[in-house]
Amino acid sequence: MTKQHNRTRRQILIGSGSLMAAGSFLAAAPRPVFATPMTVGFIYEGSKDDFGWNQSHAVGARKIAKETGAKLVEQEKVPETADVERVMESMIQLDGAQVLFPTSFGYWPFILKLAAKYPKVLFVHAGGLWKQGDPANVISYRGYMEEPHYCCGIAAGMMTKTNKIGFVGPKPLYFIFNNCNGFTLGARSVNPKVTSLIIITGDWANPVKDADAVNNLVDQGCDVIISDSDAPKVSIETAERRGVHSCGYHTDLSSLAPKGFVTGAEWNWAKGADFVKAWQTGGKYPNLLIGGFKQDLVAISPFGRSVPDAVKSAVLKARDGFTNDTLKLYHGPLKDNEDHLVLKEGEVIANDDSAFKTKVNFLVEGTQGQTGLKKQ
Amino acid sequence: MIGAAVWRGPEAAVLTVGAVLVALLAFGIFVAFTGLDPFAVYKVLYLGAFGSRFSIETTLTLAAPIMLTALCVVIPARAGLLIIGGEGALVLGGLGSVLAGVALNGAPASLATPLILLAGAAAGAIWIAIPAALRQFRGVNETISTLLFNYIAIALLNHLVSGPIRDYGQPLKPTSWPIPSAFMIGTIPGLSVHWGLVYGVAACLVAFVVLRQTTFGFALSILGGNLRAAQMAGLPVAALALTAAALGGAAAGLAGAVEVVAVHGAASISLVVGYGYAGILVAFVARQNPLAVVLAALLVGGISASGGLLQRRFGMPDAASTVLEGCIFLAVLGSNSLYGRLRFLQSRSAEVK
Repeated sequence: MTKQHNRTRRQILIGSGSLMAAGSFLAAAPRPVFATPMTVGFIYEGSKDDFGWNQSHAVGARKIAKETGAKLVEQEKVPETADVERVMESMIQLDGAQVLFPTSFGYWPFILKLAAKYPKVLFVHAGGLWKQGDPANVISYRGYMEEPHYCCGIAAGMMTKTNKIGFVGPKPLYFIFNNCNGFTLGARSVNPKVTSLIIITGDWANPVKDADAVNNLVDQGCDVIISDSDAPKVSIETAERRGVHSCGYHTDLSSLAPKGFVTGAEWNWAKGADFVKAWQTGGKYPNLLIGGFKQDLVAISPFGRSVPDAVKSAVLKARDGFTNDTLKLYHGPLKDNEDHLVLKEGEVIANDDSAFKTKVNFLVEGTQGQTGLKKQ
Repeated sequence: MIGAAVWRGPEAAVLTVGAVLVALLAFGIFVAFTGLDPFAVYKVLYLGAFGSRFSIETTLTLAAPIMLTALCVVIPARAGLLIIGGEGALVLGGLGSVLAGVALNGAPASLATPLILLAGAAAGAIWIAIPAALRQFRGVNETISTLLFNYIAIALLNHLVSGPIRDYGQPLKPTSWPIPSAFMIGTIPGLSVHWGLVYGVAACLVAFVVLRQTTFGFALSILGGNLRAAQMAGLPVAALALTAAALGGAAAGLAGAVEVVAVHGAASISLVVGYGYAGILVAFVARQNPLAVVLAALLVGGISASGGLLQRRFGMPDAASTVLEGCIFLAVLGSNSLYGRLRFLQSRSAEVK
């Protein structure tokens, strides 16, 4: 049942109008300034060592505690029900938490409810859902994962011997398409002969289907795999067993594939340290922050042993290109894999153009597979 | 068998409290093995459950529905039925209250809210009466069928909230239509606890009086004690069994309705958080005594309330509080074998034999 909650946290993204309004709304409400070390509470929907979404937050939590000197309290496996309200309140009342990071998507309505009740507590949500009119003591943030996928794609494009790389996607949703497109575009930017094969499993995290998809891709000749499953552990381990390269997702998964691991697309939730500091000193903070490398919200995993230096430098160059905004993910001429022209020669989509990115319902040229969506 | 352990006065009290203490001790040993100081853990357990105003309010809020779901075990047990379908009856109660709430839109709240609660109770009553009828007329084991009925109820809930009665304005998770906000019940004045607590305690008191002081309660205990005797005495066996099951179901259904009108405002999978199963634990810890249910529910509510704090202060796994609940359950069941064996606890009438 918790699985189902897990799934829906993304569903809101589809219809979320707030993503359209990407940008930073600065708030500076009057609030107390804390002199002593703060207590920061992290709440996870699943297990914090799940090699996935929750672990990425738990890793960020430790970095935030270290950077800000805050005391960290954590609770895992908290369902997206009135339970999380109790846990948040308990952290405020019994642990004296001044900043809360309820990390699951579905916690959002409960955050809004409690934020109004506790204006002296900062609530930081991983999602990008804040909109004008929501409480000022709430921050929502999220990363553009397609940028690190592009970096993974570069590594995949340079390292593949079969010129076939594989992408396992959980659901036919825009941000999964963006990630797949980033992966393909990255690979083809260094090796135009590359074809990427995409399989959409239909489940956020289904170990059997994930393993099946990876085996299927390897059978078709793919020798670099990335899996956007909510729990990519099984995919990575399957790829390792089949003797092919793999890229991680969410958090550092290099330990799962000592031989074949290349690099991975990671969130950088440690960015939350800025919010904690701002809250502590009474400084300014954004209520909504969505960004990529430039905004320091995403990262790439440490390279695996098998990655040659030339690949490393190409990947790092692309990362720096996103960081200083000289590299654009979507730029013309760009065709989808059904031979429709998406972007004309000279057309460029800004990397923080959420309005474009949330409407992506195509797979770029060079991708073998279908979105599974009905085209009008 | 179930009825046999009911109400043995001081013996039951001493054995149950002793069993809970043994369970706490066992839990302490388990904690010590993980390298933690058991006394520090006990202290935090107390702090999270009863140590502050906030803790007490949380405990009371968590205990309220468990009192009602425990009655779903206790009342049928009196008639010799082992019903473990509280979870399903709670879900049905939630669904029934939502449908009533939506249908009554526009009615004055003073009329609508009682009707909503009644609808929830009725839905739960019918839900548990079905397996009782299956057992009475077709010989289907009521324990197995009520367990399976829980899954059917949850499937029904999932089906309804993801289609027929879905509120598409709620994108986060499939949720039913909301009941009009005017029908929501608030908190008890001066406490951050909703009125469900009062219903829970009141239901336990009423159940105690009805089971102990009325001919109906007496008839139930005859039925629970010896079916043949009840038949020989000319008792309406089928009607009694069905009524007992329906009353139990009504209590759990009321719990579901209260969750809707006091907490969620709509039905969704959030209703399924294990209150029904916690009720089974509480009923056995309370040895099927409705008054003891109130205390046992506070105990289990307190353990649940402090579970998060154990995790946060000691890094204990979230299952730690479940382990403690399991220890208590086993210790209480195990203590059943001590009945009649401890000489100093025997009443005089027992010694005469």
